[in-house]
Amino acid sequence: MFDFGIVTNWIDALLNSVMPGWLATCVEGVLVMVALLLLYSVLAMFYIFYERKLCGWIQCRLGPMRVGPWGLIQVFADVFKILIKELIALKNTDKFLFALAPYLVIIASMLVFANLPWGNGLQIIDFNIGVFFMIAASSIGVVGILLAGWSSNNKYALIGAMRSGAQMVSYELSIGISIMTMVLMTGTLSVTGIVEAQADGWLIFRGHLPAVVAFIIYLIAANAETNRGPFDMPEAEHELTAGYHTEYSGIHFGFFYLAEYLNLFIVSGIASLMFLGGWMPLHVPGWEGFNAVMDYIPSVVWFLGKAFFVSFLLIWIRWTYPRVRIDQMLALEWKYLMPFGLVNLVIMALCVTLGFHF
Amino acid sequence: MESAVFGISSTTMMVVAILTGVLLVFAALLIAKLIGPRSFTSMKSDPYECGMPTRGESMIQFKAGYYLFAILFLMFDVETVFLFPWATVCSKIGSTGLLSVGVFLVILVLGLAYAWRKGALKWE
Repeated sequence: MFDFGIVTNWIDALLNSVMPGWLATCVEGVLVMVALLLLYSVLAMFYIFYERKLCGWIQCRLGPMRVGPWGLIQVFADVFKILIKELIALKNTDKFLFALAPYLVIIASMLVFANLPWGNGLQIIDFNIGVFFMIAASSIGVVGILLAGWSSNNKYALIGAMRSGAQMVSYELSIGISIMTMVLMTGTLSVTGIVEAQADGWLIFRGHLPAVVAFIIYLIAANAETNRGPFDMPEAEHELTAGYHTEYSGIHFGFFYLAEYLNLFIVSGIASLMFLGGWMPLHVPGWEGFNAVMDYIPSVVWFLGKAFFVSFLLIWIRWTYPRVRIDQMLALEWKYLMPFGLVNLVIMALCVTLGFHF
Repeated sequence: MESAVFGISSTTMMVVAILTGVLLVFAALLIAKLIGPRSFTSMKSDPYECGMPTRGESMIQFKAGYYLFAILFLMFDVETVFLFPWATVCSKIGSTGLLSVGVFLVILVLGLAYAWRKGALKWE
């Protein structure tokens, strides 16, 4: 696999040769910032287009078609439209919290976003407790959503935020437990370590049945965690208008929309990291020729491809199933997913201790 | 911490990521403020309630059910924090660790069963 560390090290050496060390570090920080901003916005736009097209096809429609070929420029037009909308200042809102909420939501997704293994040597944040850090950082988003609902001075927003809070904290447990099941197999919390542990077989193939069960639990919980799919109670439009962002207008609303789609990418990225091998190519033991061909596909393509595939599954689920009630949703998590997850964890622990996994 | 891209430490990169988030929101808001229209009417700044005049306070009391789930979440989230270190070293410490975590999990599941029996998991 091509190591992108060669490129970044070359840029590092080049910058250090023409300017003092502290300046080079600053320039590199700015470079990373620009890369993050570009990736973040381009991926969000891509995801909005991806979902609208897929949803159209699932409902036997064409999706956006008018603006540009196959509606490709539609999303850019939407972004521009949302930028020139008025930001409405409301009566009796808690102004500070109202302004703070989008920052928290965006920062939470940006932190996890920077943690994903983009490719060989292309990982921006790489702690030795990376997976733990991701789970911790993603839960900051709940605070942003709760603040948005509380500060809006609107009953719909308040109820939507409370539902969203209850839903996200509940399903976070299932996400944590299914990720823990995979950590059991690799024995490391570092993202690089987990990816490297899957060099000769992705964890979902190596872990027998418990890994597959954990993957399914993760998919269900991820759909709920991103407030999507059959679990979109927080913004059930026929009862709550738009949920926690009812009172946000223009680009203020755009941030929540952006973060929602980025969270879809993030949960798919984490799924591909934990279960489908991160940026590792598909290797079948014994098939030397096949493995060599697979090695030629760049690591970035592998990672993005897996993430897009998992998001395709999530979008498919979203546009297939009707919305569930809030009591059914909480019962699903607390009475089914979590006990199953715990049992699955114990089975996986037994497998690992007895050396059953590959 | 381990080196990441450019050999800059992960902690610095974390600060860079946070700054990027702040910059994204701040810049977009600034652009919207500069090019967006501005008008003010008293109706416009009312909270939205299906077009009706709003009734009473909006920051109302909400269901205690949400609170209950938050407490349950706290219990199980702390459990997750305790289980992660064990999960990391499970393959090395073997059956001793499995046994002690088993006892821990049994106590925890007893707690869940108690909450279930008491009806804390029922939404009404």
